[in-house]
Amino acid sequence: MKREHMTVVRHEQIAKNIYEITLSGHLVEEMNAPGQFVHVKVTSQTAPLLRRPLSLCRIDQDASECTLIYRKVGIGTTLLSEKRPGETVDVLGPLGNGFPLDAVEKGQRALLVGGGIGVPPLYELAKQLVEKGVIVTNVLGFQTKDAVFYEQEFSMFGETYVATVDGSYGMKGFVTDVIDQRGISFDVLYACGPKPMLKALEQAFPHKEVYLSLEERMGCGIGACFACVCRVPDSETAYKKVCSDGPVFKAGEVVL
Amino acid sequence: MNRLAVELPGLSLKNPVMPASGCFGFGREYAQFYDLSKLGAIMIKATTKKPRFGNPTPRVAETPSGMLNAIGLQNPGLEKVMEEELPWLEQFDVPIIANIAGSTMEEYVEVAKHISKAPNVCALELNISCPNVKKGGIAFGTVPEIAAELTMLVKEVSEVPVYVKLSPNVANIVEMAKAIEAAGADGLTMINTLLGMRIDVKTAKPILANRTGGLSGPAIKPIAIRMIYEVSQAVSIPIIGMGGIQSAEDVIEFFYAGASAVAVGTANFIDPFVCPNIIDKLPTLLDELGIGHISECTGRSWKKGERSVYCGA
Repeated sequence: MKREHMTVVRHEQIAKNIYEITLSGHLVEEMNAPGQFVHVKVTSQTAPLLRRPLSLCRIDQDASECTLIYRKVGIGTTLLSEKRPGETVDVLGPLGNGFPLDAVEKGQRALLVGGGIGVPPLYELAKQLVEKGVIVTNVLGFQTKDAVFYEQEFSMFGETYVATVDGSYGMKGFVTDVIDQRGISFDVLYACGPKPMLKALEQAFPHKEVYLSLEERMGCGIGACFACVCRVPDSETAYKKVCSDGPVFKAGEVVL
Repeated sequence: MNRLAVELPGLSLKNPVMPASGCFGFGREYAQFYDLSKLGAIMIKATTKKPRFGNPTPRVAETPSGMLNAIGLQNPGLEKVMEEELPWLEQFDVPIIANIAGSTMEEYVEVAKHISKAPNVCALELNISCPNVKKGGIAFGTVPEIAAELTMLVKEVSEVPVYVKLSPNVANIVEMAKAIEAAGADGLTMINTLLGMRIDVKTAKPILANRTGGLSGPAIKPIAIRMIYEVSQAVSIPIIGMGGIQSAEDVIEFFYAGASAVAVGTANFIDPFVCPNIIDKLPTLLDELGIGHISECTGRSWKKGERSVYCGA
């Protein structure tokens, strides 16, 4: 884990308020686990003050490049969206623990479920699982048609289903509806997305091996500030930090 | 001569820069980035008698040039801090200032009695100013008589000097500081966070689950400077200054106001290397300012006869 001013190589809008930024730098050498994140300072000024945790979407060691996908929602991500190729971004990382690839064997089936801005880290995961010989099925959920991204990219790695809450694109409903209706079978499930989605998946598959990547407001991103803690089942005082113990947890490890 | 070395009650500091309590855990996370022996001291996270989970999330909210936090004194409890965290810190050549908190006077006294016996704890920081706990914390820090009584009780049992952390959420901070000095405190640390709040524009509800939180970061620096300026002229015990420090220049400004050492808080969250970077830059800055030793800066903004620092040195 290091800090570097990485250079913007490419930066474009790929869906409504969704941006894809590719950065180059030595920090990429440290990156390997899908599901890890970087902590990005969008300005050298004091406002906005804090870094923004953004998950790694693609890691390209040969080109020394990494790609992040983020949603423009507030002042921080708006400032980030204004960065142009050639400019630099202050990046700390890689942080956290990614999805365990060894949870699934060659020839077994992995189901990858992403919701909204939780979709990006699953791209690198799908890539690495396929390289390993795992059969990958992807279910991607979005609010509406305008918000859909990376359907083509995911379909390179396996069967890919898209659902939108309002039915304006793909199947209508939630990701869990898609899994039910299509009767998708799998050995291991990996998911990233909003908490209600993760909860629904945890409840739907109590006897399966399920790994969930959590999102939480963070301060430091390295485990020092205790902003992003979550409870551990059956304890009053036990906790895990999303940033440094996660963001990926095995289902049941923490209280959602 | 070490131009940055500072002597304070119980503390021989190789430099006057230390991470502030609550912003550095027990050091483990930052030890991944640099050798903690580089630091002047470490103020460890507030320790209570029993483990505390703290408040529900969200616990942080960003503000203009600052952040609100309502962690709620989450910590593993006295026993674990004594058995695991403090012994782990012994590998570093750095004095520890143990921040202690409680919800009753008895709890403060008990934690102080035990933690002050740890071999690397060189001073206590009495946390009577945490705005995020319902019982204790700030309740002890807003009434001078209560703060003084608690200081006296802790002084009686502590094996090491006692510094009291002042809350800025008071009507008259000078009165508070004087009462604590009279009660026997060896030093003051100031300021803790300012009570603040943010409301979500979409939901119309407070962003923090605790509703209110403590404001920290560069936004509060002018308040810290003003309060240290006032208090340092009214008491004779040393002040460790804190509140929005993020650069070597900020450190000097705090010294000019009246601080004898400083703590860096929120800036650690943005740049894990901020403390060692500041320490490295201080000698150069002293050169530029024509100052021999950093201690010469303390109170320069109000001391008589202290004018322009350029003396051709």
